[in-house]
Amino acid sequence: MSTTYDLAVIGGGVHGSTCALFAARGGMKVALIERGPLCREASGVNAGTLTMQMTRVALIPYALRAHAMWANASEWLGHDVGVVVCDGLSLAFTEQEEELLSFRAGKRREAGAPIELISGADALRVEPGISDKVRLAGYCKVDGYANAYLTGLAFRRALLGAGVDLMENTPASGIDREESGFAVKTATGVVRAKRVVLAGGVWIEPMLGWLGIDLPIKTLINQLVVTERVRPVMRTVVGIANGLLSLKQYPHGTVVIGGGWQGIGDRERGGVELMPDRIVGNVRLACHAIPELKDARVARAWAGLEAETADALPAAGPIPGIPDAYVCGSVHSGYTSGPYIARLLADRILGHEPALPLFPIDRLLNSGDAERGPQ
Amino acid sequence: MSHDVIILGAGPAGANAALAAAETGLKVALFDQQPEAGGQVWRAPLPGLALPASPEKAGGDALRARLAASSVDLRLGRTVWSVGAHFRLDALGPDGNETVEAPRLIAATGAHERVVPFPGWTLPGVIGLAAATVLLKSHGALPGQRVVVAGCGPLLAAVATGIVKMGGTVVAIVDLAGPGDWLRLLPALATQPRLLARGAGWALKLGGKRVPVHFRHGVRAALGADAVARVRLAPVDAQGAFTAGPEITLEADALTVGHGLVPGNELPRLFRTEQTFDRRRGGFVPVLDAFGRTSLDGLYACGDGAGLRGVLVAEAAGQLAGLACAHDAGALTAAAFAERTKAPAAAAAQARPFSDAMAGMMALRPAQVAAIPPETVVCRCEDVTRAEIEAAYDDGARDLNQMKQFTRCGMGPCQGRFCGDVAGEILAAKVGSREKVGTYTARPPLRPVPLADLMGSFDYGDIPIPRPAPL
Ligand SMILES: Cc1cc2nc3c(=O)[nH]c(=O)nc-3n(C[C@H](O)[C@H](O)[C@H](O)COP(=O)(O)OP(=O)(O)OC[C@H]3O[C@@H](n4cnc5c(N)ncnc54)[C@H](O)[C@@H]3O)c2cc1C
Repeated sequence: MSTTYDLAVIGGGVHGSTCALFAARGGMKVALIERGPLCREASGVNAGTLTMQMTRVALIPYALRAHAMWANASEWLGHDVGVVVCDGLSLAFTEQEEELLSFRAGKRREAGAPIELISGADALRVEPGISDKVRLAGYCKVDGYANAYLTGLAFRRALLGAGVDLMENTPASGIDREESGFAVKTATGVVRAKRVVLAGGVWIEPMLGWLGIDLPIKTLINQLVVTERVRPVMRTVVGIANGLLSLKQYPHGTVVIGGGWQGIGDRERGGVELMPDRIVGNVRLACHAIPELKDARVARAWAGLEAETADALPAAGPIPGIPDAYVCGSVHSGYTSGPYIARLLADRILGHEPALPLFPIDRLLNSGDAERGPQ
Repeated sequence: MSHDVIILGAGPAGANAALAAAETGLKVALFDQQPEAGGQVWRAPLPGLALPASPEKAGGDALRARLAASSVDLRLGRTVWSVGAHFRLDALGPDGNETVEAPRLIAATGAHERVVPFPGWTLPGVIGLAAATVLLKSHGALPGQRVVVAGCGPLLAAVATGIVKMGGTVVAIVDLAGPGDWLRLLPALATQPRLLARGAGWALKLGGKRVPVHFRHGVRAALGADAVARVRLAPVDAQGAFTAGPEITLEADALTVGHGLVPGNELPRLFRTEQTFDRRRGGFVPVLDAFGRTSLDGLYACGDGAGLRGVLVAEAAGQLAGLACAHDAGALTAAAFAERTKAPAAAAAQARPFSDAMAGMMALRPAQVAAIPPETVVCRCEDVTRAEIEAAYDDGARDLNQMKQFTRCGMGPCQGRFCGDVAGEILAAKVGSREKVGTYTARPPLRPVPLADLMGSFDYGDIPIPRPAPL
């Protein structure tokens, strides 16, 4: 078997899968190499919130376009991934939080997010489930959520439909550069391709290492809690000013409680342990925001791994010094923005000018100056 | 560290582990969700309920008396919701959350019921055999007035006897096994004369009542508008597959049915210790040394949760695990350990033929799973049918967790405890083996806990809020 692919994508999360999908639809012969089953790491276990109110300011333009993609998932992905578009509220309970919220919402609004500040009383009209202790709320109509656990199923069908050679349960272990491109070593043999995209989530650091590139990636261990099915207690996506709560109730009745509270784990072992005190803290915030929630029972809690660069902005673009090699990931709130950013990269690989700038990693390499924004 | 060893589960295995470890001077904490020690087999009646004497109650009372007289820190009526490494355990009790820590942890969490689904199995009036024993032993209540007792293994006789004793009517016993299967076990059964005598007691009591027994039959369907009213039976072959032959329909207001037990091995799975699939032992079980040590330092397992072996082995295995803890903690010399483990090791060995025979009768029969109709619900928490599980396979799901993500099968409050074994078998029939299909990932909490209890009372300002993400 000596097929040479136009493109080999390594890592089948939302970034790798989207990139592979659009490259294949653009006419390329694509292999997608995934260590386990598709979208079973961050992209399958995340909270599925599609919100502007937790998105980094620099990513708002991307997130808005990505939100529209999610809302239309049945059209481009062939599956709705359980996406519900609804209102979102970010709450402030104290004077200090009011200040924080006004500042943060203001910045996001400047970047294009349609966030309005409304009084606690008005917020109660938007979301009758919230506590009457709310003093101020950020109100955004571009919000919603997906059923993240359906992501793998959705992409699997779409990728096979687009003719991508899907290599699941196939860990890659290195890359050799060859005259005509790259030889990706896997447990079951070598995959040759003219171009590669490294889309390994928190594992892009070791992947870049294969090519001699040193890009430190921090691993966040995000905890999540889900309740059993309960009667409707809320109808919007609810967060708090500092971003440490994300809360919504799915149509089938379960409520997912998140907000980035950290558990224990690392890249090698995965998310190995949850911190009980932080589950309690997260749950207290949730019940403070939606008091009726206290009658529910916790069904399950887990942790997933999220990648972060030194400046917490994406690593998405060409790899400096290595023609035809690209990296795609480390997008903050990357489930929301991932499809759009990965699609921009696919455009670039297909030779089109991306509609918005990418986030090349040059800014993060060999220099102490990690504070610069996107290029 | 608050203790030397924490034990989860106060049945015969856990209670004996606690006593053995405490006798060597270790500081032991023993947790159970039930208000009294004893586990399933020696379950105590609810407070205020005076039930007639029985060997189970006597065995349980003796164990409870020994625990009360020991130095074991009894933490009963606690819902354990979080178990962390090295080891920290959080439980909800009468005074809110309790945290204990110890360098060693023994999992003695027992087994839960397996019901291989059939049409109508989710109707009101259909309950498990093990659930029926709880009803009889703890609540002194009957599952119904006219009860069909169906399934396989020794619980059939136990439940039927219990019902008769309490004045209920057993319409029939429906046993997947045939009389020949039981007869073949006689030599093994004879190794435990005490239990054989009790078995004979069942036969006598039931015989007096002339309860019809349908050997080599299975439940084809439970029928009824909004509760079970009739039970349809059909003959099965030695593998548990339905065969051509006359069906029988019985009128009944309850059906107790169970097809063996599945080890409750969530704790070792939570810590991702090595496990192996052992059909006779009920499914996936942790890999253990002769004293119950798992592949993770400091974590031990014993009793039915570590593989079905029954009460006699559970007692011995509990003592061995307790002694192993004591030895590993430096509270027993190698010589003393060798000396003290002799008796329980011998008891376990002696009980083995009997426990093997019983476990064999309760092992999951693949042909029975193959007979589940496509539209029958397998995961009752999430209403997922056999056909939906197979559709997930067609969509590329090759292991249980992937299938769970495609279908929500196993995502409910029981975390797949009740469907995992059967769903695994359905998927394995397509994928090739149970090993490839694996188990659902175990997640905290071990049992569902109310948010209200978890959060307790608090001031908003006191919630320790981490640093916000960058803007
Ligand atoms: C618990 C949690 C909650 C979150 N909640 C939200 C949210 O509500 N909203 C939001 O927008 N974002 C959220 N995020 C962030 C979001 O999930 C991630 O940003 C996004 O899914 C990352 O996608 P990815 O494709 O880069 O990485 P991943 O999904 O992790 O994919 C990387 C893939 O690479 C594979 N891989 C690794 N090494 C190899 C190898 N050697 N060979 C082959 N394949 C390999 C992995 O198996 C994996 O499938 C959350 C994250 C977590 C962890």
